[in-house]
Amino acid sequence: MAVTTDHIRDKLIKEIGAVHVEVEDTSPNRCAASFKVLIVSPQFEGKPLLARHRLVNTCLAEELKEIHAFEQKTLTPEQWEKQKAQ
Amino acid sequence: MNYLMQSTVRCLRQRWSVYALREVDVQLASLAFSARLMCSAAKDLGDLVEKDKVVVFMKGTPAQPMCGFSNAVVQILRMHGVNEYAAYNVLDDQDLRQGVKDYSNWPTIPQIFLNGEFVGGCDILLQMHQNGDLVEELQKLGIRSALLDAEKESK
Repeated sequence: MAVTTDHIRDKLIKEIGAVHVEVEDTSPNRCAASFKVLIVSPQFEGKPLLARHRLVNTCLAEELKEIHAFEQKTLTPEQWEKQKAQ
Repeated sequence: MNYLMQSTVRCLRQRWSVYALREVDVQLASLAFSARLMCSAAKDLGDLVEKDKVVVFMKGTPAQPMCGFSNAVVQILRMHGVNEYAAYNVLDDQDLRQGVKDYSNWPTIPQIFLNGEFVGGCDILLQMHQNGDLVEELQKLGIRSALLDAEKESK
């Protein structure tokens, strides 16, 4: 199973109700499969950073076994709107 | 005997342990190996993360990071004036590399522990730095961030 940006995006939408996902394959910059993701989901509401990241990690547990480097930014819809406005 | 076993196990974790081990008596070496197997990885890591206020598991060393994310962590800590902390190079020890991932249930390196508690990786540390949380967390540990002084000077 090759880990692709689409695969990651679909999984995040399906399993943590992400309303907006940006997946960037940063592998060319590094030596092995690497991804940078921005996830906006209402499920992050009220959760501290670590809990949000753990939610994502659990969702992508299988994929992470094959991914070498993983960057993630987790925002609630409200934070996302605020950031876009800046 | 227990103390000897423990100190040898601790030696095994340090970089120059390979050379030290050659000098050690064969009997002691085999005892050390079985001690290492008997000690559960979790217990050792529990000790490691609680020994110091700021603990970082990274690739490379603070003087020479071997990965962009590990380097980012070092740089952020440096900006806050935190230069004295425990840094463990997972590239030196594959057991440690996997062990710390199991211990914190976190898939990647670097990993930062503050006051024995897992805080997160590079992303989280960066966000905490950007939103001021890091200054606060350091303050709770009795560490005054250098950025507070920098701020004072500019006012």
